[in-house]
Amino acid sequence: MENMPAVLTEDLGRIYKIRGPRRKDDPQEVVALDGVNIEIRHGELFGLLGPNGAGKTTLIKILSTLLLPTSGRAVVDGLDVAKDFEEIRRRISMVSGGETSGYGLLTVEENLWMFARFYGLDSSVALKRINDFLQLLGIADRKRTKIADLSTGLRQKMNFVRGFICDPSVVFLDEPTLGLDVTAARDVRIFIKDWLLEQQDRTILLTTHYMTEADQLCDRLAIIDEGKVLACDTPQSLKRRLQREAVFKLKVGPLGPKPNKEAMLESVPGVRQVSIIEKESETELSLILEKEEILTDILAHLGRRGSNLISLEKREPTLEDVFIDLVGRGLDVDTAQFTGDVSQ
Amino acid sequence: MNKGSSVYKARGLHLFWRVVWARAYPRIVGTFRERSWLFFETLLPILSTAAYVFVYRAIEAPPEYTGFVVIGGAMIAFWLNVLWNMAAQLYWDKDIGNLELYIASPAQMMGILLGMAVGGLVMSGTRAMIVITISSLLFNVTYETGSLLLFPAVFFVTMAALYGMGMMFASIYLVSGREAWHISNLLQEPVYLVSGFYFPVRAMGFWVAAAASIIPLTLGLDAMRQLLFAGDPTLGFLSVPLEIGILVLLAVIFITGAKLALDKLEEIGRREGRLIERRR
Repeated sequence: MENMPAVLTEDLGRIYKIRGPRRKDDPQEVVALDGVNIEIRHGELFGLLGPNGAGKTTLIKILSTLLLPTSGRAVVDGLDVAKDFEEIRRRISMVSGGETSGYGLLTVEENLWMFARFYGLDSSVALKRINDFLQLLGIADRKRTKIADLSTGLRQKMNFVRGFICDPSVVFLDEPTLGLDVTAARDVRIFIKDWLLEQQDRTILLTTHYMTEADQLCDRLAIIDEGKVLACDTPQSLKRRLQREAVFKLKVGPLGPKPNKEAMLESVPGVRQVSIIEKESETELSLILEKEEILTDILAHLGRRGSNLISLEKREPTLEDVFIDLVGRGLDVDTAQFTGDVSQ
Repeated sequence: MNKGSSVYKARGLHLFWRVVWARAYPRIVGTFRERSWLFFETLLPILSTAAYVFVYRAIEAPPEYTGFVVIGGAMIAFWLNVLWNMAAQLYWDKDIGNLELYIASPAQMMGILLGMAVGGLVMSGTRAMIVITISSLLFNVTYETGSLLLFPAVFFVTMAALYGMGMMFASIYLVSGREAWHISNLLQEPVYLVSGFYFPVRAMGFWVAAAASIIPLTLGLDAMRQLLFAGDPTLGFLSVPLEIGILVLLAVIFITGAKLALDKLEEIGRREGRLIERRR
């Protein structure tokens, strides 16, 4: 068991049966996970990157023993999630973005104390750890504030403390920085990094929408879509896959109302992937091309559509490019929330 | 200590009692921190009680009836607590994300339920005591003190059976959605009638009273009234010792049922994904 990975899934599948009233031709079930194989080593910060509905949360719910798989198996810290769930629960914790758990009448300290006791911690140990973690996250001054009076960012920081005071071996973080302002998100990321540096045998599985977050935080990551793992490697290795391709970012004039513009550009020979973000007065194109020369054809194509070139940038491949290459579309989320390097 | 952990974490019974106290804590603290209930949950029951008292006085009912109404009005606090803060609680907890955290923690769910019950008992007991004190002073109710030793025993087994029933309902509601809310709504008012909150349950006839005895407050209230008021003995439904015996049996059935239902329904919830779904 010592050599077992922190998390292992083998052909893991989960199908949800749709309950309640529905039309005759509506699907009766939804495949949330389909043959997922991942292996996370002790001490790793492993990321799951995928769009909404990709199956990230379902995977976390299975690993945190809240949901049973319908096929395959999952092992956490050497223990099977279906059979050994009681022992697994002693070793894990989970924090989700936008969490509203706890009781509003209690103070931050009281809420955290309550959850610490659910893990069997001594009262004095719990209170000391609560104090230490609140200090680390810079919210010790809110210890006596009722949680009903906390802002979203402060509440999420409290949730983080809840996830770590019980000294878990494996932590599941489901979109932990979702909805946080820039400063709060950066504090949380630094906290995650520091915790893993100090506790090198511990493991974190993180799901995120933010490419840069995944790139900077994760030792390895899996890209998941429609319940399937499309790729799993270090961020550097994933990006290297695209280094033979030419990656361009173009700003052009509006492309007009024609639908399915991606398909229109992808029909140009040599175009691997296209992602389009339309803004009020311009359109941003991310292009992955087999050869640089193909850009000439693209520009000619755009010119025929009456769309003028505003700017052109050749880039090193990013994780976002890898994602677009694998999934066929961008995540289309606001990445402005992510600023700052947390690699220190 | 867990593998890799430097922090001691209790197990078994030691953990169980920590869980009970931790889950009872928000309710006990809430009772004294949020005082709006003083208006809604004491003044309003006193008003309902007063209405019945004046009806009984107008029709010149035996004076014990005033005491019956005061005790019944106070016991409503426990019934409402069991319906809304025990049975339906896990539905709310599911909605705000607490249930997932309870289940994904090593805390035993029976400990969580018992904690809810203990906290609820303190919360409702405080309300009931205030209602009884004010109503007794207002309507000049006098109590028999000859059975002061037996009364706490009746009260204890009634509460054990009642909160055992609440724990069983909560277990059943573990996998339910909005229907939990509807069932609690459906049970609230009819039980006021069939359990005899404002009159001796015997007046409903034997079979109705017998059927209503599945709600522990029916027999508990009847036994408490027989002990506290020395009026006409025929106003009681069954003898007090028999009622205590039935209440003990109900407590055992409900608490065992809660444990069995919890284990089964958690397994169903994990299989069908019902533990993680939010309000529908």
